[in-house]
Amino acid sequence: MNKINNKNKLSPGHSACAGCGQLSAVQSVMRALSDDTIIVNATGCLEVTTTKFPESAWSLPWLHSLFANASSIASGVKASLKNQGNSKTKVVVQAGDGGTYDIGMGQISGMWERDDNVLYVCYDTEAYSNTGIQASGSTSYGASTTTTPAGEKSIGSSNHKKDMIGIALAHGLKYVAQSISGFPEDIENKVKKAIKTKGSSYIQILTPCIPGWKLQSDQAAYVGKLAVETGLYPLLEYVDGKLTKSSINSKFKIKSIDKYLSVQKRFNHLKQKDKEKIQEIAKENIKKYKLK
Amino acid sequence: MKKEKILKNNKKEELLEGSMAIAKTVNNLEPNVVSAYPITPQTHIVEELAKFKADGKSKYEYLLAESEFAAASIILGASAAGVRAYSATSSQGLLLMTEVLYNISGLRLPVVMTIANRAIGAPINIWNDHSDAMAIRDAGWIMLFASDHQEAANQHVLAFKVAETLRLPVMVNVDGFIITHSYDSVIIPKKTDIKKFLPKYSPALGTYLNSKNPITIGAFFTPDKYWIERKTIHRDLDYAKKTINSAFNTWQKIFKTNSSPLSKLNTGLLEYIGSKNAKKIIIAMGSMCSTIEEVLKQEKNTALIKIKTYRPFPFEEIQEILKNKEQVFILEKSIAPGSQGGPLFLDIASSFKKEKPEITNYIVGLGGKDVSEEIITKITRNDTKKLVNFL
Repeated sequence: MNKINNKNKLSPGHSACAGCGQLSAVQSVMRALSDDTIIVNATGCLEVTTTKFPESAWSLPWLHSLFANASSIASGVKASLKNQGNSKTKVVVQAGDGGTYDIGMGQISGMWERDDNVLYVCYDTEAYSNTGIQASGSTSYGASTTTTPAGEKSIGSSNHKKDMIGIALAHGLKYVAQSISGFPEDIENKVKKAIKTKGSSYIQILTPCIPGWKLQSDQAAYVGKLAVETGLYPLLEYVDGKLTKSSINSKFKIKSIDKYLSVQKRFNHLKQKDKEKIQEIAKENIKKYKLK
Repeated sequence: MKKEKILKNNKKEELLEGSMAIAKTVNNLEPNVVSAYPITPQTHIVEELAKFKADGKSKYEYLLAESEFAAASIILGASAAGVRAYSATSSQGLLLMTEVLYNISGLRLPVVMTIANRAIGAPINIWNDHSDAMAIRDAGWIMLFASDHQEAANQHVLAFKVAETLRLPVMVNVDGFIITHSYDSVIIPKKTDIKKFLPKYSPALGTYLNSKNPITIGAFFTPDKYWIERKTIHRDLDYAKKTINSAFNTWQKIFKTNSSPLSKLNTGLLEYIGSKNAKKIIIAMGSMCSTIEEVLKQEKNTALIKIKTYRPFPFEEIQEILKNKEQVFILEKSIAPGSQGGPLFLDIASSFKKEKPEITNYIVGLGGKDVSEEIITKITRNDTKKLVNFL
């Protein structure tokens, strides 16, 4: 095993929830980065829990501006470095799914169109976690959130999760990957590859949210593993637009979605026919991503 | 028509479109990053800057933005990474930038923008007024207003100097079409002169994003700390008046421009034009000041205060001038619906401590409505009893 690079890890004292999937994924990302990296962070849990002035948990240069504009900010930072003749320093965006799938979408598209040399990491909690678990464009079909509450006339979110990976690929990105917070080595490997890519790259990491998914604080890694095993959120990697075989999905036996759903109270209300719909989504993924 | 004239002081006078004058000046100021999104009537400025880049006449990175929101964010990022950054916009574009504008001043980033002032819809209208600038007047930016091509060019030089001295953003407002699309003779500030005035921008390590000295920028502030930061911006903007005046004086000495013969007082904040003893006074901003100046040649009992710096607002300087005036006409190209008068009127009316002269507010030039010499003459001779008048 490689020597662990702990240089850039978040310092103790951040105020994230116990067992937070996102913070664990962040540590994996940080292990993969050199200390010659500038971080641009969108508004969200990660910003709020790590930068309560005058404290900061960051050892890398770090900038937060607004919710929607992290990618444009990163483009500006990169252009500034380029103009100073610095091609070495890397620029990484960190944002949640709200800042990525929804409010930041236009700006991400602009950055990808310019093919600016920036790695964009989306920590996907499938909801606006920081504001209190409202539905986002990433929320799973059937999930109960505070703006798509399950009820007599509601199955929870009736929208389907937006295909961000597909959107990234449609922009012609040379490196696009998907991972999960419970797989630190997978994250590290993918970030290391992405950061070497010339031009824009995108990594999306499923980061189970303890209060949002209504989990016990020791279940984030476990539920993440189930997301992979069901095919609902496989570990993916696209290089030059082609799905690679490097994925470790093949090591898992495909499981039914039952356990994945039952462990999360956000799906507690679902009836059998709704669950079948979700099983269909998993089946489509298995076919689309050649998981079997 | 001969397009160039070499003046006695070895300065080159050129016949230029306002946008070209601005673009040429900006290029001589050597920004490192330029980003913009096209909107009428700002377009010619950003087209010229793109052309300089294409022709190898500039050193900046030129980033196409997919919206004004992105353009403002790109220059924010560039500035936070320690370089000189510039953008230009208008009207709806400026409003789309609003969230970023507050952020730029809050992060104390010295970016400079040109605003080709234009009306706000609905109803949609592409012509000039000051509604766009007034909508963002509380964003924490220094706001300069130019009355002609030459002043527009010079204010851009001043803008970078003041911005980088105070770590505050500056916008230069120029009337859309009236300045951006018209031709006038201009002396473009030369690089050699600029270098005497504006040193290379090199912020101290530890004040910008750099991996040699990592810092956290844009942390979140709890109630006990937030208000202190906001108060500091308020204080520093007020303090900026001194910096603007001293930078203006220094640049005047380097650039050696002659003031108008009618000019009695000329600072970075405002200019007094007309007879010192005039009992009536007009207060205005932007290109209509040039028209007003023409009228003053006939209307000798009226003078003009041309406001060149709207934020910070030079209320003390204005009060000093108004002491011995009997009648004040405030002409402005914007409204503040639901309040007593226009934004400029409100700024001036609220600054009187005791007695105030008779003040009349004229809302003129909305959405490109012509502000003619006839209209101004009519105002100076009018005995209206109405507080607010639309002409």
